[in-house]
Amino acid sequence: MSHKAHIPIGPYHPLQEEPEFYKLVVEGEKVVDVDVRIGYNHRGIEKISESKSYDQSIFIVERICGICSSSHPIACAQAVEDISGIEVPERALYIRSICQELERIHSHLLWLGLAAHFIGYNTVFMWAWKYREPICDIFETVTGNRQNYAMHKVGGVRRDIEKEHIPYILNRLNDFTKQLNMLKGAVLDDPVLHERLKGVGILTKEDAIDYAALGPTARASGVDIDARRDHPYAVYDRVKWNVVTRGEGDVFAKTVVRILEMFESVSIIRQCLDKMPEGPIDSKPKDIPPGEGIGQIEAPRGECFHYIKSDGTNSPVRHKIRAPTYMNFPTFRETVIGETVSDATIILAAIDPCYCCTERMLIVGPDNKTAMDMNDLVRLSQEKTQRIKDRYNNRILGA
Amino acid sequence: MNIDTILGDLTGRFGSKILNVNRRSSKRAYIDIYPKDIEEIVRYVFKERGFRFDTASAVDDFDALEILYHFSYDASGITISFRALLKDKQDPHIDTITGITRSAWWIEREMHELFGIEFNGNNDLRPLLLPDDWPKGVYPLRKDFIPPKRDSRKA
Repeated sequence: MSHKAHIPIGPYHPLQEEPEFYKLVVEGEKVVDVDVRIGYNHRGIEKISESKSYDQSIFIVERICGICSSSHPIACAQAVEDISGIEVPERALYIRSICQELERIHSHLLWLGLAAHFIGYNTVFMWAWKYREPICDIFETVTGNRQNYAMHKVGGVRRDIEKEHIPYILNRLNDFTKQLNMLKGAVLDDPVLHERLKGVGILTKEDAIDYAALGPTARASGVDIDARRDHPYAVYDRVKWNVVTRGEGDVFAKTVVRILEMFESVSIIRQCLDKMPEGPIDSKPKDIPPGEGIGQIEAPRGECFHYIKSDGTNSPVRHKIRAPTYMNFPTFRETVIGETVSDATIILAAIDPCYCCTERMLIVGPDNKTAMDMNDLVRLSQEKTQRIKDRYNNRILGA
Repeated sequence: MNIDTILGDLTGRFGSKILNVNRRSSKRAYIDIYPKDIEEIVRYVFKERGFRFDTASAVDDFDALEILYHFSYDASGITISFRALLKDKQDPHIDTITGITRSAWWIEREMHELFGIEFNGNNDLRPLLLPDDWPKGVYPLRKDFIPPKRDSRKA
């Protein structure tokens, strides 16, 4: 009998809404090969979009992901605007940037919470999700919705930010900055987390470039790219902010990048609220001429790319959507292989795919009998953290 | 590097291999090429010029299939798309670029199943998005694809 065991992960679990299927091949504790099967959640949105008007396309792409419900609509709107050079009013551009950064904060907090849970830091998990609530409240105040904001359209935005809401937003952001500082301390000053996450799941710079990785995944590996700076859109060229990069490429570096990015986001929102000029928010474009256009924006996970081809009618001939995880996902081949099963969960989670993916793990031994499920894998991961914690406590007590 | 130096460099280097250059703006250009030259051109822009591979998008133009290979030059914020026209819709094929960059691994699988394009030299063209029992020779993103009607008796 072979010493290799196959670990199918997924595709379905009653608790989760998004199916994906991983197959890990393990030798003892060590992962020697990985494959992934996606598509269980394929809804044919590119095809559906061909039968919709441009306004409806934006409605459809907003529903690609419950977290990126600002990124896809902006990318789609920019692709249509690129076809005929539609000018977007200044105030609308500011509102787009504000929505984008609020989205980045809530998405990174969501990730931080889940990642913390996977390695047994449930306090950080509770904090991160608790502090995410005020951000969703801001969204509710500004757009009327906590998710699926229905804020964006071709040529502008649908709703204005009211003057009386600005003090409320600023207050919330002030509170949030304090909480974020606490979270930063809880994560970056914890020696156990350093030991648990450093050197785990390293993506080298060469591999990141070859796989064309994006967003925090690439930036943690020393690839200095950010569509907000490189392909300026909205008002990112009119506010001061920094692109956060790290060179190590491990899970810890990805965490650091995301945490520090939230500070930049808060700063961008403050500057936008301060500088936002009065004026119209919608240029109300009429006809879309034949042609083709590209929209590139920086979603929380990396660059989101929309290509739209128009034949002059009211709906696209072709609408290609490339979400950042599409490019980041294949890097798991480089990062997971050679690591232990107890680290697989956190490495797969570190690129920030939809979490549910990693929540459906099942280990099957060579005899095809279930040996482990997702709970066991999370437990393995949490136990590893506990061992490191114990070691630290003993060292302190022994000293 | 601005877009004109990049386009000048490409036309100077590849000469007659470049059929047409459509400079849309200071940030965007579309370049028409022959499908047979895709490997050589991608190798140059990706490996030597350091462009990032965004993605590729196939389009059914009714008479032919076209593939657009989108590349970004992030240092100058420029996106250039290379258009290869596959005239034989019965047997569309083009060389793989997965030997140059692994970032094309998934998108070639996707175009293979959704448009029926063969990528010469790519031996991993397993289905990516469609189910394993999807009928052979049915390509859902082609314009002649008609979605099957649902039979509620079988639901």
